[in-house]
Amino acid sequence: MNVVDLTFLVLCLPFLGAVVAPWLTRLLGHNAAWLLALVPVAVFAHFAGCSDAVSRGEVITGGYAWVPSLDVGFSWLIDGLSLTFLLLISGIGALIVLYAGGYLKGHPHQGRFFSFLLLFMGSMLGVVASDSLLMLFVFWELTSITSFLLIGFDHTREAARRAAFQALVVTGAGGLFLLAGLLLLWSVSGVSAFSALGPLGSVVRESPLYLAVLILVLGGAFTKSAQFPFHFWLPNAMEAPTPVSAYLHSATMVKAGVYLLMRLNPVLGGTIEWQVILPVFGAATLVIGALLAMRQTDLKLMLAYTTMSSLGLLVLLTGLGLPHAIEAAVLYLVAHSLFKGALFMVAGIIDHETGTRDVTRLGGLRGAMPLTFAIALAAALSMGGILPFIGFLAKEEIYEALTAGTVWTTILVALVIIGNALMFAIAFAVALKPFIGKKTETPLHAHEAPLLLWLGPAVLALTGLAAGVFAGALHALVSAPMASAIAGEARAVTMSLAIHIGLPLALSVLTIVLGIAVYLRMAQVRAAVASVLAAIGWGPDRGFDQAIRGLVRLSVAVTRRLQNGRLDTYMTATFVLLAVVLLVPPFLFGELASAPVFPDDVPLHELAIMAIAVVGLVTVVLAKDRLTAIVSLGIQGFSVAVIFLLYGAPDLSFTQFMIETLAVVILALVMTRLRLSVSDGRPFRQTLPDAAIGMACGLGLTLFLLKVTQGPFDTALTDFFNQYSKTIAHGANVVNVIIVDFRGTDTLGEIAVVMIAGLAVLSLVRLRAGSARRIADNDPAAEEASR
Amino acid sequence: MNSLILRAATPFIVAVMVLFSVFVLLRGHNEPGGGFIGGLIAVAALSIYGIAFGVETVRRAIVFHPLAIAGAGLLLSTLSGLLSMFFHVPFMSGLWVYPVILGQEVPLSSVMSFDVGVYLVVVGAVTSIALSLEERGEE
Amino acid sequence: MIEALLSVLTGIFFAVAVYLLLSKFIIRMLLGVAILGNAVNLLIFTCGRIMREVPPVIGQGLDVPAGLTANPLPQALILTAIVISFSFFAFLLVLSWRAYGELKFDNTDAMRVAEPDDDTLPPLGY
Repeated sequence: MNVVDLTFLVLCLPFLGAVVAPWLTRLLGHNAAWLLALVPVAVFAHFAGCSDAVSRGEVITGGYAWVPSLDVGFSWLIDGLSLTFLLLISGIGALIVLYAGGYLKGHPHQGRFFSFLLLFMGSMLGVVASDSLLMLFVFWELTSITSFLLIGFDHTREAARRAAFQALVVTGAGGLFLLAGLLLLWSVSGVSAFSALGPLGSVVRESPLYLAVLILVLGGAFTKSAQFPFHFWLPNAMEAPTPVSAYLHSATMVKAGVYLLMRLNPVLGGTIEWQVILPVFGAATLVIGALLAMRQTDLKLMLAYTTMSSLGLLVLLTGLGLPHAIEAAVLYLVAHSLFKGALFMVAGIIDHETGTRDVTRLGGLRGAMPLTFAIALAAALSMGGILPFIGFLAKEEIYEALTAGTVWTTILVALVIIGNALMFAIAFAVALKPFIGKKTETPLHAHEAPLLLWLGPAVLALTGLAAGVFAGALHALVSAPMASAIAGEARAVTMSLAIHIGLPLALSVLTIVLGIAVYLRMAQVRAAVASVLAAIGWGPDRGFDQAIRGLVRLSVAVTRRLQNGRLDTYMTATFVLLAVVLLVPPFLFGELASAPVFPDDVPLHELAIMAIAVVGLVTVVLAKDRLTAIVSLGIQGFSVAVIFLLYGAPDLSFTQFMIETLAVVILALVMTRLRLSVSDGRPFRQTLPDAAIGMACGLGLTLFLLKVTQGPFDTALTDFFNQYSKTIAHGANVVNVIIVDFRGTDTLGEIAVVMIAGLAVLSLVRLRAGSARRIADNDPAAEEASR
Repeated sequence: MNSLILRAATPFIVAVMVLFSVFVLLRGHNEPGGGFIGGLIAVAALSIYGIAFGVETVRRAIVFHPLAIAGAGLLLSTLSGLLSMFFHVPFMSGLWVYPVILGQEVPLSSVMSFDVGVYLVVVGAVTSIALSLEERGEE
Repeated sequence: MIEALLSVLTGIFFAVAVYLLLSKFIIRMLLGVAILGNAVNLLIFTCGRIMREVPPVIGQGLDVPAGLTANPLPQALILTAIVISFSFFAFLLVLSWRAYGELKFDNTDAMRVAEPDDDTLPPLGY
């Protein structure tokens, strides 16, 4: 097996795992997690094997043709950026699978959960591995769909259903923006793969469509990465089980938007628009997220809003375009995935063991859960940016980037300090407060979590510590290749734990002091934020509900208008349109038929039969009783049969005679039973417009037919049939030969239709009286009985 | 319907009409006629029979359920089309054989069996419609 | 141009069929459907151009028709169309008969089982 096939297999592995997961879980219960975790472990191992080559600056590409005619490939691109993401997704994924094994132990649908989780993992790996623009989009949408399934996992609760629906609508709408943006990017650059886009960056940036591409791509990235004002779905997504929150909504999926921005930085980045829009939205998201986090008392919601903040910070750094900014984004992204994943899992453990996530009801758990406390503290120290964790490196690098000294960066640095200080306070409110102080009463009697639950966060927290301590290795293997890939040029990362006196350190200290101050006055800050929010009284979350309700009302109104349940409205609309289509364009384009030339040598019997047909038609319209109507219907039918006979169509004539006879017979059979009046019940004021529509249609078709017959006639088909009917098909009756031989397949379909009509009539006749009404009244019992 | 003349004449008329319908069917390839027309003539014959002697009599006379006849016809037509598969020609290609029966060369073809299938479908389906409506009328 | 005459006749067939179809009473709509079938057949027939009294049958011993014949193609199309439109006419007839038996209405305005005339909104929750 070559490397290309192996990589493809590895990318498919999570999907295969998703297929066997329910079956394995039925077999092994929650211990299936140990086996299923091997899937991400294998993925991790495969891509870790690439890290040596990638750290040397190589870019690994491969793939297959998918839709060659459209230049769409199923191809992947593994450079520093995608490799870091691949390792994070598969590494954290393995830990999450184990954690889910413990968290949902005994849940009746645990197998389904594993299945969704692995489906998501495969989709997310696909997003970051994609080289082809369209392949990225396909996997991007798959992450939205799997996220929908995971958020709505507990589908019996309305809140979960709403959150799932909301996430799907917001990220799905963003996905449509992204699709448009990618297609536009494709058409501007002429290439369909990221690997080929690099040298074309200036072409794209100088294109007049640049701003359109940028806005569309940002529409996808900002919705996915929960940037203000599209952030509201992320806190609601906390309705999902905690493993999902830890995995999708902090460590991986929400970073897909950031990934996209980083991936496109060499192409779209560096312009004024990029360097204004991204930092502005990022800073707004950072501060608003941190403030909203202060207001929460639910551990998961506090973390969710700080996740939003962190995503804002990442977007800000990606768009900044200053030295050290990309490096800071890289370090912060890795650090955030590690500490936030761990903190979410800790929150889940506390919820699982105590039965509550309300921070005001928790306290004094350090005795019962010492291990969890240690893990939580390690993660919080990393989040707070304290030595010797990776978070420290990230924060130093951020302040390094932001101390360029212009007015612009001074404003940004102030906002970042506020955001970071608030996040610092939240980190310790989540990781410290529940464990210290006086022991409180909780719904469940708290005790230490089982191995499956603490293993994941412990590994993440330790990784955060190791990454800080062995910063050199981290930079060589991860940070530098990733930063180079984002910047589109070689970058080195040098930040280490060594204290270097300077402005960044001073800002760090300021952040920590502010953070401690906020932590100590948490209750007051919370009350203040709450009162401000109450004063505003409206948010995008409520706006979403209003928009959805408005949409339903609008569609109901439109449907009522267009589809009012009255058959005659539909009929009128159809025929008015027919008349308009037949009459208006010929007038507009001067395509009217020329004045018809009526022959003066028409034999009398031909004129007579046409006149009889018209008399029959008129009598049908005017008939006052059933018999007259039926007989007149027969008259026009037989007249048509005679016309066929006169103009050289004996086959048609015979068939028409037989059919008209049968039609009159069965019409008489049914009509005698219906005892319905055939006379027209229409009031005069309705008769007139109806007659006008009828005449307009008739006139339109007459003109159409005149125009057609006045034009030249293409006899190619007729000549073909005449020539080959005898010589090839051995039949002298050309009509019959066409029916049974030249167009035999068509006839086969037609006799099948006749057969089905026969079946339908028979079943309608046999249907027991009254059963349809009971079914219409929606009575399941009656429906059952009628079967 | 209780008309003595009708009852007396009907069996002969029906027999002649059915025979005529088969004749129209078979000559259809070279003269006006064919499966559709032949089938409709047979339906007319059976309807007259039904009006004269009642639907039950007709059902007994044709032995099979009308829709079973139609189904057999559809099957026959489909098989006539599929036959060409065994001769590596496209679906529905006409195949001809000319066996000599009783000293006379008789042209037989998959086209003809296809037309017979059409005839049977029309006879079955339309008779089914007509009979089920006549039946209701008798209630 | 016998086609001109038939064009006018076809137009009259269509006008009557449309007028009947615009009625609210199913029985009149059925009559309209029956006439519409004839109208469409005449339309196809006329489009294929008219040739008097020479059916498209190849004479004995010939390989191609001796002279001009009527156009066989529209005839083949119409032949099957006649049978199918009859089948559907029968189906519609029985359908309206049963609908009348079940609902006791022959006015399409009163047939509101599938699209009830109420103002309830669909559920606004999630």
